[in-house]
Amino acid sequence: MRGHPKTLFEKIWAAHRIAALDSATDLIAIDRILLHERTGGIALRGIAESGRKVLDTTQVFATMDHVVDTRPGRTDATLMESGREFITATREAAHATGIRLFDLGDPAQGIVHVISPERGIVLPGLTLVCPDSHTGTQGALGALAWGIGSTEAEHALATGALRARKPKTMRISISGRLAFGVTAKDLALALIGRLGAGGASGHIIEFAGEAIESLDIEARLTLCNMATELSAFSAIIAPDARALDYLWGKPHAPSGALWDSAAAYWNTLKSDEGAVFDMNLNFDACEVSPMVTWGTSPQQAISIDAHVPDLMASPRDTDESHARALTYMDLSPGTKIAGLPIGAAFIGSCTNSRISDLRRAAAILSGRKVAEGVKAICVPGSTPVKHQAEAEGLDRIFREAGFEWRESGCSMCFFSGGESFGTRQRVISSTNRNFESRQGPQTRTHLASPETVAASAIAGCIADPRRFVP
Amino acid sequence: MSGRPFTTLTAVALPLLRDNVNTDAIIPSREMKHVSRRGLADGLFADWRYTAVGGREADPSFVLNDPRYAGCAILLTGSNFGCGSSREHAAWALAEYGFRAIVAEGFNPIFRGNAILNGVVPIVLARAQIETLAAQVAADPVRQRVTVDLRAMQVTAPDSATMAFTLDAEPREMLLEGLDIIDLTLKRRAEIASFRSSDRQARPWAYPEAAKS
Repeated sequence: MRGHPKTLFEKIWAAHRIAALDSATDLIAIDRILLHERTGGIALRGIAESGRKVLDTTQVFATMDHVVDTRPGRTDATLMESGREFITATREAAHATGIRLFDLGDPAQGIVHVISPERGIVLPGLTLVCPDSHTGTQGALGALAWGIGSTEAEHALATGALRARKPKTMRISISGRLAFGVTAKDLALALIGRLGAGGASGHIIEFAGEAIESLDIEARLTLCNMATELSAFSAIIAPDARALDYLWGKPHAPSGALWDSAAAYWNTLKSDEGAVFDMNLNFDACEVSPMVTWGTSPQQAISIDAHVPDLMASPRDTDESHARALTYMDLSPGTKIAGLPIGAAFIGSCTNSRISDLRRAAAILSGRKVAEGVKAICVPGSTPVKHQAEAEGLDRIFREAGFEWRESGCSMCFFSGGESFGTRQRVISSTNRNFESRQGPQTRTHLASPETVAASAIAGCIADPRRFVP
Repeated sequence: MSGRPFTTLTAVALPLLRDNVNTDAIIPSREMKHVSRRGLADGLFADWRYTAVGGREADPSFVLNDPRYAGCAILLTGSNFGCGSSREHAAWALAEYGFRAIVAEGFNPIFRGNAILNGVVPIVLARAQIETLAAQVAADPVRQRVTVDLRAMQVTAPDSATMAFTLDAEPREMLLEGLDIIDLTLKRRAEIASFRSSDRQARPWAYPEAAKS
């Protein structure tokens, strides 16, 4: 390729630039728009109310995931007051506009960032947007995918384009391999602990290096998902043979000659030798151990064998945020994080609810029981994941261990479904945010990998999964 | 959706000098009750503002409930403001409450975009500058007002010291004029159509219709 060497991001951005709007903002063509009932229904309604039309309905997909009930035998009713309004508004708008909707009862329904890769809706080199902050998850397949607001979603629906501020570029090169019992989630938490919750603000992160190449696609999705907690614009990983193998034959992926021409293009989607990034960081995967958060920001993450840090050991925290977090979490500096008694354990969310996550958790739970007094819940990320897990007998392992086995949805990753673990309850969770009251009023969330959640559920306290990994 | 045009504003400023104020804190999920952009001001900062969850009894220790800050329209805050969920409800709630400008050490990119689309000006200043503003304001919030001049891209402190900020030309124009961005982009309909038609030739696999046939 002639001209100056380009980053992967720059190649995709340039291929979608319709016009420059100012020195920092371009009009960018959008290939896929994904919607969910929480923020998508409002965008569709906005379109209808303004008398505008969706430019190309074939590029738009909607799902029900955020407020839907996940208890068996669910209906449109939700524990959240007025949740039904979000479901019916989205359904009516999707039907009226002719958008493909993965509705309740649809065998392909699930969390937007789980089903899009699963169906091959996201493809390398595409621009994909969704009014959901974790949209960058899908950059794991080499797409430029980012989260937007509802008004921007309305804009993308009506115009097929977005006025987007070009992000800065950051390459995080990760050498080595993750050790036994250490996962992409732990790697992500270690990165956020190191860089801070605003550490990648305004940047698109390209994850690269030996550690990334060795991750399977589901692990890459987990890592890119957590880039949101660095306030990154998005994250992306160059599509390789693993990515193409993953996508081949998916229902919405191209096939035949179209696949061949796409694949030829996808093979060019990598940062050129000598491409310049605004920021370069290096990280060694071998240094990462299982991680768990102690506070109310994902940056408050420590190794499972560490102690709750004092202010001196928390350079990313101000006095105020450190003190607030300790009070909220009812912890004191110097307390060993492992061994802290828990009241609940949650496996699910767009971060860690895919089949490989459930398999690894089940391997730990097999033949064991959840400790007395611990409420444990597993929510598969999609209906296909649930069915696959059931075909493999994983649901039996979860149930026999004492986990509730749910229908797919975002569930208790946040309180939107109206269900909570209870006030001041301490929860170990495979989700992405430990904010105050995120999982319900005054609930205390500790983020970790599915393995650590499973191990802790058995132990009744925060536990090192390496003690349990078969 | 467009905001009210913004040129200059002199107003009471509310100091909330916390880092990483997330959108769950700005508007908790349970406060987003309807498929609507309105009816959110009462839920603004609900977890901090009220004594009980879901309640409406003001917690006097939270700065928003301090009567001296009644009518505040400028928020002074820390780094990474608006991180977390992409919910535009955070910007809607702030705008509906009456905030027209937020001065922070930094913003989450999605929130920043949402703020601009709703006529709320995101202003980045250095921490020391924000602390200076907050200290002056706190001495007498009603009299010690802060001025934001968007055209000049300048914040004026109560003591008349000026602090420059920057904002890209495109969002600045949108805020100054209170433009509806969808209408603005629809004026480029032909340009978009022509881009899409040549793109469809170059990347037929990217168009679901073509992929199906």
